Amino acid sequence: MRRRPGRARPGQARRRLVRVLPLTPAVVLILLFLAGPIAYCVYIAFTDLQLTGQAHASFVGFDNFRRAFRDSEFLNAVWLTLVFTVLSSLVGQNTLGLALAALMKRASKPVRTLTGGVVVTAWVLPEVVAGFLLYAFFRREGTLNAILEWLHLPRQNWLFTLPVLAVSFANVWRGTAFSMLVYSAALDEIPAEITEAAEVDGAGGWRRTWHITLPMIRRSIATNLMLNTLQTLSVFGLIWVMTRGGPGNKSQTLPLFMYEQAFQNSMIGYGTAVALLLLLVGSLFSVVYLRLLRTEV
Amino acid sequence: MPRKRTSRRLTADAALLLVAAAFALPLAWVVLSAVDPHADLRVRVPDGFTLANFRAVLTPDITYTPLLNSLVLCGCATALTVVCAALAAYPLSRFRSRLNRPFLLTILFATSLPITAIMVPVYALFVRVNLIDTMQGTILFFAASQLPFAIWLMKNFMDGVPRELEEAAWTDGASALQSLLRIVLPLMGPGVAVVTVFSFVTMWGNFFVPFMLLLTPDRMPASVSINDFFGNRGMVAYGQLAAFSVLYSTPVILLYVLVARRLGGGFALGGAVKG
Repeated sequence: MRRRPGRARPGQARRRLVRVLPLTPAVVLILLFLAGPIAYCVYIAFTDLQLTGQAHASFVGFDNFRRAFRDSEFLNAVWLTLVFTVLSSLVGQNTLGLALAALMKRASKPVRTLTGGVVVTAWVLPEVVAGFLLYAFFRREGTLNAILEWLHLPRQNWLFTLPVLAVSFANVWRGTAFSMLVYSAALDEIPAEITEAAEVDGAGGWRRTWHITLPMIRRSIATNLMLNTLQTLSVFGLIWVMTRGGPGNKSQTLPLFMYEQAFQNSMIGYGTAVALLLLLVGSLFSVVYLRLLRTEV
Repeated sequence: MPRKRTSRRLTADAALLLVAAAFALPLAWVVLSAVDPHADLRVRVPDGFTLANFRAVLTPDITYTPLLNSLVLCGCATALTVVCAALAAYPLSRFRSRLNRPFLLTILFATSLPITAIMVPVYALFVRVNLIDTMQGTILFFAASQLPFAIWLMKNFMDGVPRELEEAAWTDGASALQSLLRIVLPLMGPGVAVVTVFSFVTMWGNFFVPFMLLLTPDRMPASVSINDFFGNRGMVAYGQLAAFSVLYSTPVILLYVLVARRLGGGFALGGAVKG
């Protein structure tokens, strides 16, 4: 049923309409509410727009960006975002997700169902609820300290002494299910003969993992790392609920810093410049992700 | 090597149970505290069973209005998302065009952008065009932010419906819209369900978007109003907070279970994300 180009047919105009018209609502919505704000973001990032609503924001060039890289609080936020991302996404969610998926292949069915259910529930819960649950878990009077007390281990006020660690763990708790699902699907696709052949050849567990399993699922690993990182970069609610970025700014990652500059300090221009940097980092990851998927589109 | 295999299974079981226990602790807190007359911050067996926490929060102010707001916001935005995505996916899946590939790449690029980062400009923009603090503005933004992923998922599901069935309908004189509504969408029922549930669940749990775009307390959805348990009401009533969390979370968990069941255990998202 493919139509040859260049031959005018009576129904051709209508057919073109059928091809274009259905796309319109989606394209209009995306242009107005996604592309529009992104363009606006690029514009305000170069102005000194303030929340107080001065009549005209003036163009200030790269001032906001120069200012950011001299602002020790901004550098602190960059550092914390890096720590948060590496700890919770690269190390935590990714490794734990892969370990869970691998263990599930060997475990008995009831255990598999139970663990999968619990881990996925943590993932499906609304972000703010997850924040509260882990706030309760890490508080001085919370469950973690109760367990440590029972084990006769030293207790701490986790949200105060190690806030980044606490919110990173929270993000692992909340996000591991995604990696687990991606890796379970990937491991299921490895043909059983390959693993068995390696087993017959006497390859031990670790060597099998290193030389066979990991290379075979490397595309899934890359995809998963990319998506986890992008998701982690934009975590706001979880940290907001648990620590508000505090104490001081000890757990203030870039999204929280951006929010504080724009709304508490009323500097929309500066906050947007920070947002633009975040968006650029996100786009960079996005492009890498697209390259990974290139063959599949 | 049956013995070796059994011992390996037992090790795996033990390790998984340990992880499951660690993941279950915070969940146990919310469930137990909700029915505990003297709930505090740690997991413990309640010293009595009470529904007082639920009775205390089941008032128009605390529960009904925010949940209704959530339902209106997420329901309308999901409906808009699914309709727009189904329409957009149709030509992308059915007709070959030079523009399909760049369009899909742009869509895929947009799915991975951190939406959090554009909320400050969206706020500034909404103030300018008078959409700030309106339900319709928030609904439109929700739909737009969910659309790229919804279109991508929908197109992949639609590719799975064979063209032959539709071509038969075309020769019988059906229009494209008719064949989309009568043939393609019914055949990809589970796919539409996944897109719907995924959009709804994502929006239901979203905190930052309504937090930025809505200002009037009466319009706040549950994801924002839940913060009132801290701050405004003085001493935190943990039992009530837990009860509210249970009420607020149950719908999305049920929806997830519904979809996961229908698709036979493994959630299709894992596969969908891979393309």
